[in-house]
Amino acid sequence: MKTLTYREAVRSALRDAMNRDPRVFLMGEDVGRYGGAFAVTHGLLAEFGPERIRDTPLMESTFLGAGIGAALNGMRPIVEIMTINFSMLCMDQVLNNAATLRYMSGGQLSVPLVVRMASGGGRQMAAQHSHSLEGWYAHIPGISVLAPATVADACGMLLAAVEEPDPVFIMEHATLYPREGELDETSGAGDIRKAAVRREGRHVSLLTYGACVWKALEAADRLAEKGVEAEVVDLRVLRPLDSETFLSSVAKTRGAVIIEEAWRTGGFAAEISAQIMENVFDLLDWPVQRVCGVEVPAPYAKHMEDASLPQVEDIVAVVEANLV
Amino acid sequence: MTTQPARADTAGETKYQLDLLRQMLLVRRFEERSSDLYQMGNIRGFLHLYIGEEAVAVGAMQAFSPEDAIVSTYREHGHALARGMAATSLMAELYGKVTGCSKGHGGSMHFFDAAKRFYGGYAIVGGGLPVAVGLALADKMLGRERVTACFFGDGAVAEGEFHEALNLAKLWRLPVLFLCENNLYAMGTALAVSHSVTDIALKAQAYDIPGEAVDGMDVLAVEAATRPAAARVRKGGGPELLEFRTYRFRGHSMADPELYRTREEVERWQERDPIPAFVRRLRDLNRLDDAGLARLEESVKQEVEEAVAFAEESPWEALEDLTKDVLTS
Repeated sequence: MKTLTYREAVRSALRDAMNRDPRVFLMGEDVGRYGGAFAVTHGLLAEFGPERIRDTPLMESTFLGAGIGAALNGMRPIVEIMTINFSMLCMDQVLNNAATLRYMSGGQLSVPLVVRMASGGGRQMAAQHSHSLEGWYAHIPGISVLAPATVADACGMLLAAVEEPDPVFIMEHATLYPREGELDETSGAGDIRKAAVRREGRHVSLLTYGACVWKALEAADRLAEKGVEAEVVDLRVLRPLDSETFLSSVAKTRGAVIIEEAWRTGGFAAEISAQIMENVFDLLDWPVQRVCGVEVPAPYAKHMEDASLPQVEDIVAVVEANLV
Repeated sequence: MTTQPARADTAGETKYQLDLLRQMLLVRRFEERSSDLYQMGNIRGFLHLYIGEEAVAVGAMQAFSPEDAIVSTYREHGHALARGMAATSLMAELYGKVTGCSKGHGGSMHFFDAAKRFYGGYAIVGGGLPVAVGLALADKMLGRERVTACFFGDGAVAEGEFHEALNLAKLWRLPVLFLCENNLYAMGTALAVSHSVTDIALKAQAYDIPGEAVDGMDVLAVEAATRPAAARVRKGGGPELLEFRTYRFRGHSMADPELYRTREEVERWQERDPIPAFVRRLRDLNRLDDAGLARLEESVKQEVEEAVAFAEESPWEALEDLTKDVLTS
């Protein structure tokens, strides 16, 4: 076991993947000479050279599409998109090509492409660098969508993604990059099929993913002081969704709070809520609750941004209000 | 698909040119029959006919080997046939049958054939260009001497992806041959209404890519321009662009009332119909007579009718397979 940051864990996975498989290469904006907008790829250019660490021009649609083409033709590309907001420029390639080619070709083609991008708010980056659009991706059949919250998952899930035959999108919450954690660097590919129960409890299920996992864990600590045992489920695989894990949790605790940074209306939390209604409605002691982002483009000023995102106090308050 | 070497003698050349004529006839008759079947309701969805542009697909495709990759558009019947995909599997695809080249998942706009390296019909205009660049990137990284042939229309030239793809292909010196089929209309919007500069070949210069305009109504001119360009690209000379000036005689799709152009304009272009023009040329060279043309027409007719019969008789995909090809299982 070694202590390192989430950023270093992603880098470690990139390095391992490239060392293991000569077909793997990385491309994106400023991944080489600059070292990555979030310094994830720092040092990799010197290690692997410009053929495998490719700085692209600013053309999200074309470098993502080129990743698709290279994946179709024998390579294992990893594409980095600076932030999820920038990925709006390549949604055509994501939806109409990456996610669709296998089905549309009658199963003849497959696209073993990995796409990584930073997501989420909390760093005062305002309304074009802070959104949480994972739910948009999770809506699309034909791809996998991962949201690693821990250092171990940042590494393990990426290593597993590179071995997948179909496109995998990895959403890395930008506030997690400097976060430290434990990693067994020999552990290899991680689980990209199942959600993870991060803390067991019997009074309420806190269902979330990404950076909100840590807020939920802190909320669980505070609730524990008041005698409430909260279970924290890190959904982490948003597609294909591991329904069984969170439904079992809710069936046990009989109460659910879903936490995500995305806007409430039509968000991913709504899907989780719907599945709870469909499957374990009769077991609920109180209505499913959501703690979501406020419906405003991400504000810049800190007090306003804080107010727009789920906070530990919000989670605690919702649990207390419902768990009488 | 025929990637025949240069013709050493007149007999060989005659045979080769008659084959080009037959391929153009096959595309024409296949589509005329498809149009009828569409009116009868046997083919549904969108049907974008290539009629008038056959010289481009047939002439250009001669330059590519089986190892090269082809990327096409939603108007790809001609490219698929010229690439050697079986008319049976294409007609079955138009019918939506499981024996279709895409198992009936795509229909007219989405023909695929992995074995023939036909990477599909892309129906988001411009969407195939980045994919073509990526196919070529893989070939280059893997050290293969191959070309990716990327067909697109004049409409795609207005899309950002055209400019991005040319820039990246040149920047990384990738083996892509960009093949623009300029039929003068992006659906119903004329070239001059879409582009501040209407000379598409000239636009290649902005990316330091050789660009050449070619008469797209002359199959031999198309072939003569494409063959050396493909050879240069294959040898690592970097991307090139050819603009084929052509015209579609039918509407954008079967639903097109054609309010945006005159009957006279269409008739003027029909005088340059690539098939009669090539027939006249072959007659003048005494390489084709009435009996020879009748034989070609008959064999093409037979191939098309076999395709229709195959499509009619083919089964539908089983309902339980509805989601089978979404992910690799």
